[in-house]
Amino acid sequence: MKIIKIDKKEWEQGLDKSRKEYHLFGAVKDKDYYLIQALGDKVYPDMESSDTILSPKSVIFPQTEKMLTANLDEAQDNHHIMERVETDYSPRAVLGIKPYDAKAFKILQLNFDTEEFKDPYFCDAYAATTLVGLAVNNPGQFDFSTSVDTGPFDETDLDVLLIDTGNEYLAKVITDKGENFISKCGFDNQTDEKNALETISKLKKKAEKAIVSTVSHDKLNGKTILELYNAPFWDDIAFSCINCETCTYVCPTCWCFDIQDETKDKSCIRFRNWDTCMSRLFTEHASGHNPREGKTQRVRQRFMHKLKYFPDKYDQGLMCVGCGRCVKHCPVNIDIREICEQMNS
Amino acid sequence: MENPYRPYPVRIDDIEIATEDKSLKTFKFVFLNKEDEEKFSYQAGQFAELSIPGIGEIPIGIASSPVEKGFVKFTVFKTGVVTSHLHNMQVGDIMGIRGPLGNWYPWETLENKNILIIGGGFAFTTLRSSIIYMLDPANRAKFKNIDVVYGARSPGMLLYRDELYEWEKRDDINMHITVDGTDDPNWNYHTGFVPQITEDFGPKADKDTYAIVCGPPIMIKFTQPVLEKLGYSDDQVIMSLENRMKCGIGMCGRCNIGKELVCKDGPVFTLKEINLTPKEY
Repeated sequence: MKIIKIDKKEWEQGLDKSRKEYHLFGAVKDKDYYLIQALGDKVYPDMESSDTILSPKSVIFPQTEKMLTANLDEAQDNHHIMERVETDYSPRAVLGIKPYDAKAFKILQLNFDTEEFKDPYFCDAYAATTLVGLAVNNPGQFDFSTSVDTGPFDETDLDVLLIDTGNEYLAKVITDKGENFISKCGFDNQTDEKNALETISKLKKKAEKAIVSTVSHDKLNGKTILELYNAPFWDDIAFSCINCETCTYVCPTCWCFDIQDETKDKSCIRFRNWDTCMSRLFTEHASGHNPREGKTQRVRQRFMHKLKYFPDKYDQGLMCVGCGRCVKHCPVNIDIREICEQMNS
Repeated sequence: MENPYRPYPVRIDDIEIATEDKSLKTFKFVFLNKEDEEKFSYQAGQFAELSIPGIGEIPIGIASSPVEKGFVKFTVFKTGVVTSHLHNMQVGDIMGIRGPLGNWYPWETLENKNILIIGGGFAFTTLRSSIIYMLDPANRAKFKNIDVVYGARSPGMLLYRDELYEWEKRDDINMHITVDGTDDPNWNYHTGFVPQITEDFGPKADKDTYAIVCGPPIMIKFTQPVLEKLGYSDDQVIMSLENRMKCGIGMCGRCNIGKELVCKDGPVFTLKEINLTPKEY
């Protein structure tokens, strides 16, 4: 394991060097919130920012994404034949991504990169992306990441893990992708591994201790889908939901999408948008019949998917990384932690 | 990397009005590229996305049979934006087909078995595909008795009428064609609802008999107890489900019943499997 010491004074200079090869993404302030955005020239990520309101999911799975295009002019050859749109998949790096948000990409990958089908848009974007994580020294009150197989210093799904030690970052270089990024930045001050690991270990223990929010899900596996589906508490849970759909959009692991066509003059684009199981239209048949007609059915779908269907289907833990965004931003205080406890009890 | 969202380009080769009320039309497509036809190698029971650039896509069961070469056929009910647009398209128009998608009727399990096919209304498309497949001279010996109960509101609402009446004349398939009602004095077949005709004429179950059921929810609801009465266990009843779909490849997230995705893990399930999932279809 290579550990590089980066003086914070040299951080922005290093990022500028990397721009020759990488498009950079990071947290920037947008009105009252932080968002992960593409960083223009001389724009640098706010590494002190608290959680971004939306997860970095859009860097790899954009909220709106062009998929296919066709010429509709019948006088042209190849009219009405759809081809993939050209998209720039040159290298990109997400700076300061939280370890649990990086884990969310691995969860998305289970959906988009399967044995039978590969979603080329997701796969190409994921392959092009280097994830430069920042360990969370001071976890927020909604963070329950340690309960769901990740945590503030989890480096499993990162290419580089930065640890803020005050005036410096210690950069744990985890993958070849990470190595390439760090070298393109010109960061080469390799430090004594033993001392660095000790420092990291202390900070990690402190951060993990600071997470007071926990969730138990050990009994979910032993319950059947129908047992949980038919549980008596769903109406109560859904009662206050106003179907605002915020929970699904802020979630780093929600992957549902819609596909739509748009035409302009003689050309058309087929694109996809994030969609949400909280929407009535999501499941409505052309006949008008709707298998999830009611609010309770839709709220139940969201939690059953994350906490039961996904774990049963993939055997890779919950479809939740404990970021707490849905808890923090729900206008009526619906709390996945409480629901998980109820389902687990 | 093969792009599973990119449809194969096809040309509409023929359009046939399928029912007397003109709400269903059968579209015959030919692939613009011969190699795409080979890639679109399918089994009876699968579906595909019919893809109209600029309008959208719809998941439709494949009505042609794997033994019919050189084209694919779909019978489409006019109901939403895409189907309405498709109904106005002309022979020669270019569009796309994405697939084949989903699983199929379990043909390996069904070999050397008696088959009871029960269909209602316009949910007869993949059943037509299956019957053509089983009756093909290369395949007929693989199956024992074949019984078909198929019903529609009136004689003019039955799909594939010419084929139904041809099959009626054959001795290697037992057809039980029925309509809810008719004032046609020359109607030579049954009158009555599908569940009743199934009870009266359907074969009783033994361990070598399977039922494939495809139809509107009301037909399925009243046919299930009949099959139980005839002795069919839940794993001998095979059904094909429908749900709203977009991607057709298990990614967009809307068609699930429990952990099963109707588009990828289905659309074909046994009743035993369906009984383990929430009834969200």
